[in-house]
Amino acid sequence: MPAVLELRDLVKDFTGQRAVDHVSLSLETGGFYSLLGPSGCGKTTTLRMIGGFETPTSGEVLLDGANVNALKPYERDVSTVFQNYALFPHLTAFENVCFGLREKGVGDRENRAMRALDMVELASKRDRRPAQLSGGEKQRVALARSLVLEPKLLLLDEPLAALDPKLRKQMRAELKAMQRKTGITFLFVTHDQEEALSLSDKLAVMNTGRIEQFGAPEDVYLRPRTAFVAGFLGAINWFGKAGVRPESTRVCREEPSGVPCRRAAVESSLFLGSCVHINAVLEDGGRATAEMAREQNHFREGEAVWLYWEHCDELRFDEHRPQ
Amino acid sequence: MRNPALLPARIWMGMFFAAPLAIICCYGFLTRGDYGGVERPWTFENFARLIDPLYAAVVWRSIWIAGAATAFCVILGFPLALFIARAGKHAGLYLQLVLLPFWTSFLIRTYAWIFLLRDTGLVNSALESLGVIRSPLPLLYNDGAVLIGLVYNFLPFFVLPAYATIERLDPALLEAAADLGARPLSTLFRVTIPVSAPGIVAGAVLVFVPCFGAYLTPDLLGGGKSVMIGNLIQNQFTTARDWPFGSAASMLLMFASALLLAWLMRSRIGRELM
Repeated sequence: MPAVLELRDLVKDFTGQRAVDHVSLSLETGGFYSLLGPSGCGKTTTLRMIGGFETPTSGEVLLDGANVNALKPYERDVSTVFQNYALFPHLTAFENVCFGLREKGVGDRENRAMRALDMVELASKRDRRPAQLSGGEKQRVALARSLVLEPKLLLLDEPLAALDPKLRKQMRAELKAMQRKTGITFLFVTHDQEEALSLSDKLAVMNTGRIEQFGAPEDVYLRPRTAFVAGFLGAINWFGKAGVRPESTRVCREEPSGVPCRRAAVESSLFLGSCVHINAVLEDGGRATAEMAREQNHFREGEAVWLYWEHCDELRFDEHRPQ
Repeated sequence: MRNPALLPARIWMGMFFAAPLAIICCYGFLTRGDYGGVERPWTFENFARLIDPLYAAVVWRSIWIAGAATAFCVILGFPLALFIARAGKHAGLYLQLVLLPFWTSFLIRTYAWIFLLRDTGLVNSALESLGVIRSPLPLLYNDGAVLIGLVYNFLPFFVLPAYATIERLDPALLEAAADLGARPLSTLFRVTIPVSAPGIVAGAVLVFVPCFGAYLTPDLLGGGKSVMIGNLIQNQFTTARDWPFGSAASMLLMFASALLLAWLMRSRIGRELM
C-alpha cells in the first residue's frame, strides 16, 4: 500500500531563513500522526506546504504517490483544521459544514452535513453562528467542516491550543475517537508533548527545521535518539553524559551500592497530588528532580541525600547535552 | 453641568447646530413673506406641498441619481479597496492617492469636469482630432455628467470604510475557503464580500446621504436641467424667495437621511461597526 502522504527532502526558505530543512516523512493510511516541536521549529510551515498554502523551495509533497507541488489548496484532497478554527462568521454552523460540500459539488449535502454535525454532537446548534458558540463547539464545527469532505488526510494545526486545559483533555479524547471512527489519516501539529504522546500512533519530533526522530510514542520517549528529543519529550536529569528521567531517579539517605549514584541536597519537595517531586542540587551545582510516590515524601529541605538510578534507565547520546 | 470641560462644545453645538436647526424647523411651519422672510400664521401647508407631483418627482429623481451614484461607487470602489488592502507595503501610498483630490477644493474639482466634458473640452476635442466623431458629443449638462461628478467626488467616502473592513479580514478565512475547495472567485463572493458587508454598507450610506442632498454638482454639471432636491432647496431660498417651503424640503431631506442612518446603526451591520 502506498503511503497516503510522502514528503521527500522538503525545504522551505523565508528570505534567507531556513524554516524547513530537508524533511522526509512517510505516513500510512488510517494512522494518527503528530508533528511535535517547539514554536519556530518548522512544523506549521511543513503542514502549510502539505495543505498547499506555502510553496516548497525544493523537495516534493506526494499524496497517494502523486506529486501535488503544483496543485492549489482547492485542488488537493486534504483538509485543514486551523489553529483559530477560521469559521466563516457570517454563516451558521450548518452552513459552515455545507461550504466545502457545495464547492466540491457533492450531492445530498443536507444529510451529509447533518450527519457530520451529529458526529460532533452539535446537531442542536446547527443554526448558531460562530460568535454564539463556545471555543470547544467552534472546534467541533471546524472538525465537522473538514471531515464531512472525507479528505485523504486531515491536517490539524494546534487545534487544542486555544482551549482551556480541562476542555483540551476532553477534546483530545474526542479527536482520537473521531480518527478511529472515520479512518481518515490525521496529521496533528502541536508543541505539547503530552498531547502528541497520548494521541499518536507515530510522532515526529522537529527541531530547527529538521525531523530529529520519527517513531511510536513509547519508542521515542524511552529511546530518544538525540538530547533534544529526550529533553523535549519530558523532563530529564543530567548526570554527566547520562540522562535519566525523573521517574527513574530515586532518592535515599544511605549511600546505595551497585548502582550509579550522586550526592545531593534536597532543595524543595513539591506535592503534586498523584506524586511528589523532590528537587535536589548536585555537588557540581547541577539540578535534578526525582518523581516519587506520595508515601515516600519524608525528605526535608536542605537534607543531604543520595540520588541513584539503574544503568538500564540511562539515556546516552553521542553529542553533548544541551545548554 | 457635570463636566465643565464640555461647556465650549455645548455652546458651540447649541449656537451652530441646535439653534439653526430649530430656526429651520420653525420656518417650515410658517408662511412665506411678500419680500422673502417668514411671517405668521403657522401652517402645515409647506409640508403638504412636498407631496405635489411636481416636487415628489424631484425627490424621486434625487433618490434615483443618488442611488445610481452609490451603485457606481460600490462597483468601482470595491475592487479598488480590495486592491489596496492586498497591496501590502504600498497600501499607504495608494490610500494617499485616493485622498489626493481632497487637497483641492470641491468647487475646483467639479469645474475641472466642465473643462473635460464641454463641447470644446478635452474629451470631445480629442475624439474629434482622432476622427472618431464629427460633432461634439453632448457630455455636459445632463444626468450623465451629474452622475460622473457625484461618483468622482464621493468615491473616497466608499473606498475608505470598505478598505478598512477588507484589511481587517482574517487571511485564515480565505485559506479556509481555499482549503474547502473554493476557487478565488468563489471565495470572493462567498467569503470576502459577505464578511466585509458592514464596510460596504457603511461606505454606501456615506456616499448616498451626501449625494441625495447634493446641489453644487447638479447645479454646475447638470446646467439647471438636472434638478435634485438640493437645487430645489437652494432655489426656494434665492430666486423663489419661499423660505418656509425651502425649510420644509430641508427637513424632509434631513429626516430621510437620519432614517437611513438610524436603520444602519440598528442593523447587525451597525452593531458590528461600533
